[in-house]
Parts: sequence; C-alpha cells; structure tokens
Amino acid sequence: MKMSGIQIVVEALKKELVDTVFCYPGGTSDNVVNQLTEADIRFVMYCHEQGAAHAADGYARATGKPGIVFSTSGPGSTSLVTGIATAYMDSVPMVIFTGHGMSANSVNDAYKDVDVFSITLPITKHSTVVESVSDLPRTIREAFHLATTGRCGPVLIDLPIHVQMDIGIFRYPKNIYMRGYNPVYNCHPGQVNKVAKVLAQANKPVIYAGGGIIYSGAHEELRQFAEKFSIPVTTTLMGLSGFPTGHPLALGMLGMHGTYWANMAVNEADVIIAAGARFDDRVTGRKSDFAKDATIIHVDIDPAEIGKNVRADIPIVGDIKQVLTQLLKKPGPENTEPWLAKINEWRRCAPMRYCQDADGEICPQFVIEQIYEQTEGKALITTEVGQHQMWTAQYYKFNKPRSFASSGGLGTMGYGFPASIGVQLGCPDDVVFCIAGDGSFQMNIRELATAVKYCLPVKVAIINNQHLGLVRQWQEMFFHSRYSSVVLQKGSPDFVKLAEAYGALGLRAQKPSEVIPVLQKALSTPGPVVIDFRVKTGENVFPMVPPNCPINEMVTTAK
Amino acid sequence: MRYVLAVLVEDKPGVLVRVAGLFSRRGYNIESLAVGKTVEPMVSRMTIEVEADEKILEQIIKQLYKLINVLKVSNLTQEPSVDRELVLIKVSADVGNRAEIQQIVETFRAKIVDVALNSIIIEVTGNQEKIEAITMLLSQYTILEVVRTGKIAILRGSKTIK
Repeated sequence: MKMSGIQIVVEALKKELVDTVFCYPGGTSDNVVNQLTEADIRFVMYCHEQGAAHAADGYARATGKPGIVFSTSGPGSTSLVTGIATAYMDSVPMVIFTGHGMSANSVNDAYKDVDVFSITLPITKHSTVVESVSDLPRTIREAFHLATTGRCGPVLIDLPIHVQMDIGIFRYPKNIYMRGYNPVYNCHPGQVNKVAKVLAQANKPVIYAGGGIIYSGAHEELRQFAEKFSIPVTTTLMGLSGFPTGHPLALGMLGMHGTYWANMAVNEADVIIAAGARFDDRVTGRKSDFAKDATIIHVDIDPAEIGKNVRADIPIVGDIKQVLTQLLKKPGPENTEPWLAKINEWRRCAPMRYCQDADGEICPQFVIEQIYEQTEGKALITTEVGQHQMWTAQYYKFNKPRSFASSGGLGTMGYGFPASIGVQLGCPDDVVFCIAGDGSFQMNIRELATAVKYCLPVKVAIINNQHLGLVRQWQEMFFHSRYSSVVLQKGSPDFVKLAEAYGALGLRAQKPSEVIPVLQKALSTPGPVVIDFRVKTGENVFPMVPPNCPINEMVTTAK
Repeated sequence: MRYVLAVLVEDKPGVLVRVAGLFSRRGYNIESLAVGKTVEPMVSRMTIEVEADEKILEQIIKQLYKLINVLKVSNLTQEPSVDRELVLIKVSADVGNRAEIQQIVETFRAKIVDVALNSIIIEVTGNQEKIEAITMLLSQYTILEVVRTGKIAILRGSKTIK
C-alpha cells in the first residue's frame, strides 16, 4: 500500500501494538503528531522533551512494553539525551523518533539542525538515520526488535523531513534477520552442570539478583529456586521488586547503602550467584576485596558484562529465567541452616532502624514506611535520586515485579516524577507514588502541568529536608562538615502553592501526627497531589560503605 | 601486548565512528586501523592493532560484538598470518646522498616513487620490523614526512574470515 513516510511510521506503530507515544511537537515532527491524532494511538505531550523521555522509560519499566518517544530536530533531540542515557544505563526498551531537517546529514548547519546520531551513539543500543522511505518499514521493525530483545535498550531513528513526506510502500516485514545481532537466550547445558556441581558443595551460598531478574520475568523462578535450596537473596537497587522484600530469605539491598547483613553475607559467601547484575562499583565497594573467597557464578544475557568488573568463575550467558528453570532441576546446597543462622546474627547486631519521636520532627523513613502501609503495599513507586531514593530502597517493601522505577545506573535527578506519569499511563488502575527529594523534584517539576492536563492521579511525596541531602551527607562525612551548595531553603518554592498554581492539590505535613492523615487525604483525591513532607534536616542514610572501601567495612550509625 | 584484530562490519553509515567511539570512550588504545571493502558486497573489513592485556582484549572483542553492525571479530595475533603495512617516507636528499639512500632502499626491497631536487619519496611495504629498520636507517638523513596505512593482516592457507 502506498503512503507517505509518516503514515508508514504510524502504520508500523500499529503493527507493534503501540498504544501510547510520548512527545513534544515541533517543525520536523508536526506531521507525526497530526497522523497520530487520526490513528488510535494516544499521544501524550510533555512540557519538555526530557520529561517525555523519562515518562516513556517509566512506562516501559512498569509495563514491559517499549516506550515510544517523538521529538523534533535540534534542541528537541538534544533535550532527550539525559532520558536516553538513563534508559541505556538501566537497559530499558525504548524507540525514539527524532525529526530532522531536509537532508539526512547536517551539511548546511540549517535551522534547528544537530547531529543527533553522533550525540547519542554512546547511549543507544543502536541508531539509524533513515535515508530513504523505502528503508523505513524495515528500520522500524528492526528498532523494535533490538529495543526489546537480548539486553534491552533505547534505539533511535532519525527521520529527515523528506523521508517523512516521500511516498513509499508499506510492507511490514514479519521476520527479520540481522546478521550482526543474535542474542543468546539458551544457556550452555555444560555450564549449568558446572554450576550445579559447585552449588551442591556450597555451604554459604548467596544469590545476588539485579534488574535482569525483572526484565527476564524470572521473579517466580528466582523465588522457587531460593526456596527449594534455602539460598538467601540480596538484590541491587535495580533488582528491588524482583524478590519480595518481606520474604524470610530476602536480605534486602546490598552495596553502599545496603543492609549490613547482605554485605556481610556476600563478603563471606562461598558461592555467589550473580543473576542479571553487573557488579557496579556501588555494589562491590573496593573491587579487589570483593568476595575474595567465593566462587562467582555470573548469569547474564549480555556476554560483555561477564568478567567486565569482577572475575566470573563460572560464566553463563543466557536468559536468567531459562537458567533458573534448568537449575531448579539440578541438585543444590544440602543444608544452609547454619549459614542462615549466621546471617540472622548479623541481622540482629546491626538492624535497620530509625527513631520516630512522636513529638519530634518527621523522620523520612517513617514517611516511606507509611506510604507502604497506607497503600497496603500495592502502590507502584518511582523515585528521584538521593537520600530519599536510598531510604525507599531500604524501608519500602517491594512485593511484585515492576513496582519500582528508579534511575539506578545513571543516577538521574529529575527522573522520578516524569517517570511516574509514564507509569500511571501504563498502569491506569494502580496507585502511583513518586518519592522525591526537594532538590530533584525541582528538576522536572514543570511536568505537573502534564499530570494535571491528562488527569493523572500521581502522588508526589517530597521528602523535604531543605537540602541536597546525599551531597550534604558526603560533605559532613568526608569534607569535615564544610558545606557548600547544599542548602535549598532559600529559593525553594512553596510546594503547596506551586501545586495549586498548576491545578493540582498541594498538602503539607510538618508533624509526625500529620503524616498518615495527609497520605489518606492524598489517596482519596482523584487527581495529582503533591505532598510536602517537612522532615528532619540532618538525617543521614545508614548503613554506608564509604567510597572505595570493602563492603564489610560499613559505617552503621552516625558518629 | 599488541594484538591484531580482523573485524568484519556492515558497510553502513557511521560504522567507523561507532568502532572508533567505542575505543575512545572505553580508553582502549588503537595502534593502527585500516579499513577497506571485502569481496562480499556491503561488508568491510577493519584491521585493528590494539595495545592491551588479555582481560582488556576480551572486553574489546565483546564490546565490538555489541555493536549491531559488527559481524565478526577475529584475533589474528596467535594465528599463522601474513601482515603488511605500506609506508611512504619523504626524505631530504640531494645529489650528494641520493645514491647512498638508493642503496638502503634496494637492500630493503623498497621503491623510490618520487625524486625532486631536494627530496625523495620512498615506498616501503612490509611487516613492522622491516619498517622500523628502514626508518631507523633513513633517520640519519632528515625524514621530512611519514604516512602509514596501518597494518592489514590475512590468515595463511585456505582458511578465511567470513
């Protein structure tokens, strides 16, 4: 069927069952926006392209479907960069369409022209500048395939105006063959047998689970595997919600702000099964000291992750769900009781705790626990980046996969709020909470307009300590309390009034007794709500592994 | 250690910058890089010389494979192979030392491809030792300019890289 390039794009989106696109219009993307209105695809317009990119990312993390973004050329595409990089670091499937001027190349430095292809090379899984309308259907088909298979990631398609306008034939390829792209899903049975042999001898095994568990849909297999052999499970920030936090075998998060017992367990384990994790420096602490005595089994769908940061004694390349399914049929450790008892000792000697004085200031941890309580643990959570993010990781109980979206790899402040709007669009029936800091919320605060415009009932809980808390904590601990550029008191808006100015509901809690009523009020409000929780300013995130220290050397409380 | 990689890539726009960008952002050292078409349409071959240890080399190969346009990466370092590089060397020379230089050129089975009043251009093809040796000898005269193609390498025998 003959049609214009832009109609081809829309038809291809229909074939890919896309229901929502995240966009900001402009000279070179107006055509698409026009066409989308006619098709049965919802397009959600943000206030800024960065917001659109984070929202598409949040949508993708919550639903498992790729997030689709449209932007115009030049500043439209450069504003996407942080969003694309965030998705790339956390392996989130996205397909990004950027408009482009008349020519595929930036030959004449035309108006709003930028070489987005080169700018995004290191932060995309793949990217293409479409040169002819005849390449368009295949390019889109390939982009969706690349974004959503193997190790997922963002794929960018740059669409020059002439390709959008030219008339071509729409024939959407059913099958595609990409000679240079063959992700390995089926693991090598020989490697699985090796693992089984090591596991059968293991006395102190630990599973270290990353975001790959969630992306592979392996949470159920992970639970069965852990339960069958009584192996404790610690998760990374990205792996939270991949294993129920309240499970008796759950150790919580490991690493810099992980639990003491998770870090001690990893440090003393004899076998570590790293599943869909990448031994980030926030997890390993000083690499040369990491799990020195353990046999490390590393399961990942991306072969390049294996051996990249930490040695892998037994590498397994493949889909974690399949690997765990295979391992479930093999023998495992016989008796881990003494090991679990040892871990419980660690648990007792440095429990996670804070002290909420009824008449004192609000503890940030208390707010986070109350969000869990008041939503009966059913909310979908996004966070910004900072102390509130770490407290969420430590104190919120995640029970179901894809209920948590946070910028783990890139650590993007400004991610959480626009992402929560994407999550809400993907999961309209769920309660969505964005736990934010007073610093990071301001980075993309303008998207309140989007939440109001589309009547999306996201709830923002600002853990307002009037500081860039995590930076303040580092300055306190490592720079002799010489504070610089961390106080936000002056210049911060009145968040309640600001919410009202946008047409959202603004609430504030200043005393511990106000926390629960305010949350209840927010939950009974049909539209978006911003809650300004005025919390203790000097509270620090503990425990903590100081940078570049071994993970068993934790600072557990304030001096 | 220095390794030689043969990298088959799809001949698509931007493929060179993808490979070069990968090396630069991950801090891998390219000693030389040569690219050209192969017998197969739309497939190019890069020969990349890298200075790395074994662990880094493993990462380089894996990271190259992550690029969608990269089809095949072969490590030729330990394989029986023929490798060559072509170098053009412009040497300051006049009637007084031209004959002397010509002798060196003949000994190395190189070629003089241009003679001017005060300079000559020498074309040398060979492996690294040969090129280093002749460059060393020529440095007693004034070397004005050097251009190198970078190493290319091919497996000996009927085995091929596809």
